[in-house]
Amino acid sequence: MSVAVWIAVGLLGGIGALGRFLVDGIVAARTRHEFPLGTLVVNLSGATLLGFLVGLGFTGNRLLLAGTATLGSYTTFSTWMLETQRLVEDGEVALAGANVVIGLVVGVGAAALGRFIGAHV
Amino acid sequence: MPGRDRRELAAIFAGGVVGALLRVALLQTHAGAAPGWPWATFAINILGTFLLGYFATRLQERLPLSAYRRPLLGTGFCGAFTTFSTMQVELLTMLDAHRYGLAIAYAASSVILGYGSVHLATLYVRRVRTIA
Repeated sequence: MSVAVWIAVGLLGGIGALGRFLVDGIVAARTRHEFPLGTLVVNLSGATLLGFLVGLGFTGNRLLLAGTATLGSYTTFSTWMLETQRLVEDGEVALAGANVVIGLVVGVGAAALGRFIGAHV
Repeated sequence: MPGRDRRELAAIFAGGVVGALLRVALLQTHAGAAPGWPWATFAINILGTFLLGYFATRLQERLPLSAYRRPLLGTGFCGAFTTFSTMQVELLTMLDAHRYGLAIAYAASSVILGYGSVHLATLYVRRVRTIA
């Protein structure tokens, strides 16, 4: 990998993290419920977009920069797990279970949908 | 962005730069052949989740409130280091290859170990506090 690609990975990773913070903030400001909808919206939209890039046929550096660097940073596994564990601590076991199941089932479905759309545009 | 703290955004950006660079470096050097077990993503997600559990608990409950550590280390670094989208596409690739057992094992172990690592990191920080 060239230095230029590494620099782009870093910059796009930073932009992805900022995008997550902004989208999560917008969604969280519109929900009063304890359910961590902001992270879910970020993760599901990011999984859809990554699937879309794969469907478009992105490979190599294009997939690395737009997918792994940008969308990889935009979406997050750690916050998803932290919020799930904090829901359990607060006694919201059903919400925690829903957060995991929706994330996994809808997450794979979102990636498949994105890929289908990408392959047919 | 009126009213938004620019330094907070800068901290998130900086953490995101480092998290993404480290994740891509690990993925480039430890990439397994799809649809096998994605060791790099798996290890990154579990390690990053443990660190977030540690930082989130410590910064919230132990240290005096710092405005920039949580955005830098939590939202920026751990958020960008770990990834959800790559994991979902890896699961999709496993399902494509009809490796359903592998997909279930990968999803279940990621969630169980991820959850467990937050739990352990949280207990560790709180235990240190009660002793001190």
